[in-house]
Amino acid sequence: MIELTAKQAADAIRSGALDAKEYFDFYRERAAADPYNSYVWVADEAPEIDTSKPFAGVPIAIKDLFCTEGIPSQAGSKILEDYRPPYTATSVQKLTRDAGGTLLGKTNQDEFAMGSSTENSAYGPTLNPWDTTRVPGGSSGGSAAVVAGATAPWSIGTDTGGSIRQPAALTGIVGLKPTYGAISRYGMIAFASSLDQAGPFTRDVTDSAMLLSAMVGADPCDSTSLGLPEPVRIPTAQDLKGIRLGVPEELSGEGIEEGVLKAFNETLEIAKSLGATVETTHLPHAPHGLAAYYLIAPAECSSNLARYDGVRYGLRAEGAGSLLEMYTQTREQGFGAEVKRRIMLGTYALSSGYYDAYYGRAQKVRTLIARDFTNAWEKFDFIVTPTAPGVAFELNSKTADPLAMYLNDFCTVPMSLAGIPAISIPNGLSEGLPVGFQIAGPAFSENRILDAAFALEQAIGFDGSKAYA
Amino acid sequence: MLSSDQVLHVARLARLELTAEEVERFGGELSKVLDHIELIGQLDLEDVPPTSHVVDVENALRADEPRPSMPVEQALAGAPDAADGGFRVPSPGAS
Repeated sequence: MIELTAKQAADAIRSGALDAKEYFDFYRERAAADPYNSYVWVADEAPEIDTSKPFAGVPIAIKDLFCTEGIPSQAGSKILEDYRPPYTATSVQKLTRDAGGTLLGKTNQDEFAMGSSTENSAYGPTLNPWDTTRVPGGSSGGSAAVVAGATAPWSIGTDTGGSIRQPAALTGIVGLKPTYGAISRYGMIAFASSLDQAGPFTRDVTDSAMLLSAMVGADPCDSTSLGLPEPVRIPTAQDLKGIRLGVPEELSGEGIEEGVLKAFNETLEIAKSLGATVETTHLPHAPHGLAAYYLIAPAECSSNLARYDGVRYGLRAEGAGSLLEMYTQTREQGFGAEVKRRIMLGTYALSSGYYDAYYGRAQKVRTLIARDFTNAWEKFDFIVTPTAPGVAFELNSKTADPLAMYLNDFCTVPMSLAGIPAISIPNGLSEGLPVGFQIAGPAFSENRILDAAFALEQAIGFDGSKAYA
Repeated sequence: MLSSDQVLHVARLARLELTAEEVERFGGELSKVLDHIELIGQLDLEDVPPTSHVVDVENALRADEPRPSMPVEQALAGAPDAADGGFRVPSPGAS
């Protein structure tokens, strides 16, 4: 059973070759015994399984920050310890109620999705199934580790500046961040609302397309959701004939580990052998992406996280004398260090006298970065880069230096700021650890990205089974 | 370098009660991050419009029709201190 991809399992259940309940129980037992701290909640028993729908009851793991009615949804934070929401996120409803997936568990994450290693969880760090002395990336590290470690066939996470793509790269699986607005954000516990986007973690590109196809769609409960202009197709491309790949010098040289660059260049050669043209190009403002991101995201988070005040749900500090003391003490006790740091940074950037110099300038840089991509699409079908500048790093090696941690997002943040889709596929090993290859395209080009990723995946032939065999 | 007065001012705005150790640590850490961020001060942004939202979307409107809302008991179910159909909190004036 463990060898089956989610699509293969769904097909086998439909044909009668596989029993849906046995398949669920197989993963439920693996999830309950998960050695990587990837789960914060696992279903006690198989719920009612509906095999008549597209996913045929195949189990799915969900990042903790998606609200699930009556089931803990803590976003990795102590301030939401044992919070059980009164409703379920639209994307989760679409995957379970509509597509017939079965909720297997909730996965660990950096607190409120702030982090690149899943070490900022109030529920302990998640370990990388390839090497348990290392991080799985973040913030959706739990959702990446469950797929890499085969304690779930597939999962979903969220990406604000790289939180799907970077952990997918560090654990040797496929992670897709769709176009901003493709998937409803309703019921996703918010970090930075102009950037947050849900997306799939899967073993292969085919599963990625299948999972994405069920998540997309406009939602009256999220006025920024648009869906996609055409249905998501299961990819079939066998080559890259006529495809023009642009390699931005700014995101593929300085600061990237040698082993990662080597794998990247090998993949470019494979792309050429499949018929693609590869040309160096420039995204002149991309190096400023990190600075703009670390103003915009904290600014939005400082506003979004104002709701955690001990009044309506979650933690409340005991014994506060006044309302103001209750707010400040609740937040002091409930938030972890990184969340406080970002709230402070965002509040500072929005405060009187600094707004224009920081937040205002960052929004203008965002315009320039989006324009760089628009210019690139005149010459290229896709922009390709290494997903992360290095392989999975050792636990605690970057926790003392926030800036070093932020640099993990160097190659993924520009796409987030531009709101465009990007996928990370595993493209080899460096030092025995997985490396990711990022393919970004114009808004709403998901089908073309999936096709290109599928053709490359077949030619690369990456074997992720070492992490769970 | 952010002074401890600046850190405390921002903490007050953010409704965070920091420990003395946190005030010291955040001062150093935030200064280092801000040094990196200040690189964008080098760019000429004179005629560049800001982007607050990446998707061209007009107001999304729906029909103004009454719909059932979440029952009060359900909305209060997660409250640390619910009373009389509302959220009970300490008095704002208490000291």
